[in-house]
Amino acid sequence: MNPYKALVIGASAGGVHAVRTIVAQLVTLPWPTLLVQHIQAGARIDYAAAFGSPPHIRIVEAEDKMLLEAGVMYVAPPGYHTLIEEDGTVGLSVDAPLNFSRPSIDVLFESAAEVYGAGLIALLLTGANHDGSAGMEAVYQRGGLTLVQDPGSAEVPTMPAAAIVRTPVHHILKLDEIGPFLNQLARVQVP
Amino acid sequence: MVKRVDDIEVDLIAEAIYQVYGYDFRHYARASFKRRLRTLVQDLKLDSISHLQAVILHRPEVFADKLPQLTVTVSEMFRDPSFFATIRSQVIPTLRTYPTIKIWHAGCSTGEEVYSLAIILLEEGLLDRSVIYATDINPNVLKVARDGIYPITEIKSFTANYQKSGGKEAFSDYYTAGYGGARLLPRLKERIVFSEHNLATDDVFVESQLIICRNVLIYFDLELQQRVVDLFARSLTYKGFLGLGAKESLRYVPAGRFFTDYVGSEKIYRNIRRHEFDYESL
Repeated sequence: MNPYKALVIGASAGGVHAVRTIVAQLVTLPWPTLLVQHIQAGARIDYAAAFGSPPHIRIVEAEDKMLLEAGVMYVAPPGYHTLIEEDGTVGLSVDAPLNFSRPSIDVLFESAAEVYGAGLIALLLTGANHDGSAGMEAVYQRGGLTLVQDPGSAEVPTMPAAAIVRTPVHHILKLDEIGPFLNQLARVQVP
Repeated sequence: MVKRVDDIEVDLIAEAIYQVYGYDFRHYARASFKRRLRTLVQDLKLDSISHLQAVILHRPEVFADKLPQLTVTVSEMFRDPSFFATIRSQVIPTLRTYPTIKIWHAGCSTGEEVYSLAIILLEEGLLDRSVIYATDINPNVLKVARDGIYPITEIKSFTANYQKSGGKEAFSDYYTAGYGGARLLPRLKERIVFSEHNLATDDVFVESQLIICRNVLIYFDLELQQRVVDLFARSLTYKGFLGLGAKESLRYVPAGRFFTDYVGSEKIYRNIRRHEFDYESL
């Protein structure tokens, strides 16, 4: 049995390219993936196309009360915070922006940490603000796996660097290492 | 283990609030409600949700003061301008055919979107034969809505939204500025009735041709959403319109079957439930 239950990803400036690179390499994961990509509210996007129509992962916009399924990537809608309920459904909110961001990476990561605990993998990518640092700390405190894109090779290093300073990070990975690493995690079996 | 205690605390505080104050948060969506409670715990510098419950139970003035943090979402005038543009171009023409237009704005909060609708009706020459029922769970918030005074710092973004929504006039025509506030014209308030209504506990009070309820349903669990959407279907004329928030939908709630998509991309639906509908058959 695979010990992980979900993957959450946070990305800001430079994130679309980074995510596109990662998903192109992914196998169909045995868990749902949720992505917060900072983007202008009101934007209407074909997510699959924006992220390069990867072959093994279906990309959809997260909807309120949607049930999360393995192998699918859910993108937080512009202008809304995305949270997760205990029953594995999505919850949306229009509460105040956090770190000037809505959707906020912290909100998703904190919510997911509470639901999935040690079963959560959290990945923080390139970005220009500090959204996600508090979230990564919450993930770590609940026993989840914390991954960060190597700031040295990130398009904008601020966000991953801020997380590294704030909280223990299990792995710092270069962009093209992330996909294969996640695929390895997907193959882990525990009795 | 810790998580389980948290959930018990949320159950208990919701029950306490309901029993003492009559506000029913028992079927609010758990994740966002818990987050709001935790923010309140931090703001009041307390230790836990249980501690918050004690404060709320014993100090009604604190509860009254903090209730908006549990119920209010900050809005803006002409929020999601394309929604208002669509109301103007695709809904107003049908409303125009009625001798009296009745609109229910459910969960009106501090009123920005209600006044936006009033402006559209005024510009379309329909305001004088319209009534807008603007309701909210929280009487203090309704007072702010009734006043219709918004921070002058918001005017720039309100103006931009108004223009993007197809506004025909100068937005500055609709307010007077002073003391750091922008006061909306009394003319806009003449056809608005602000009153308390609790979507979790109250029932039909008017049959309308348009219901607007934006970014309220997302805070409710599926059971409460079902109650509210069913209530909306019973509060609308046949083929009446329902407008939701930009990323809301009726897809997961059974009573969504009472509605068809009208402008799907803007979350505008039409009621197909006739009042004599036998919904036992569903």
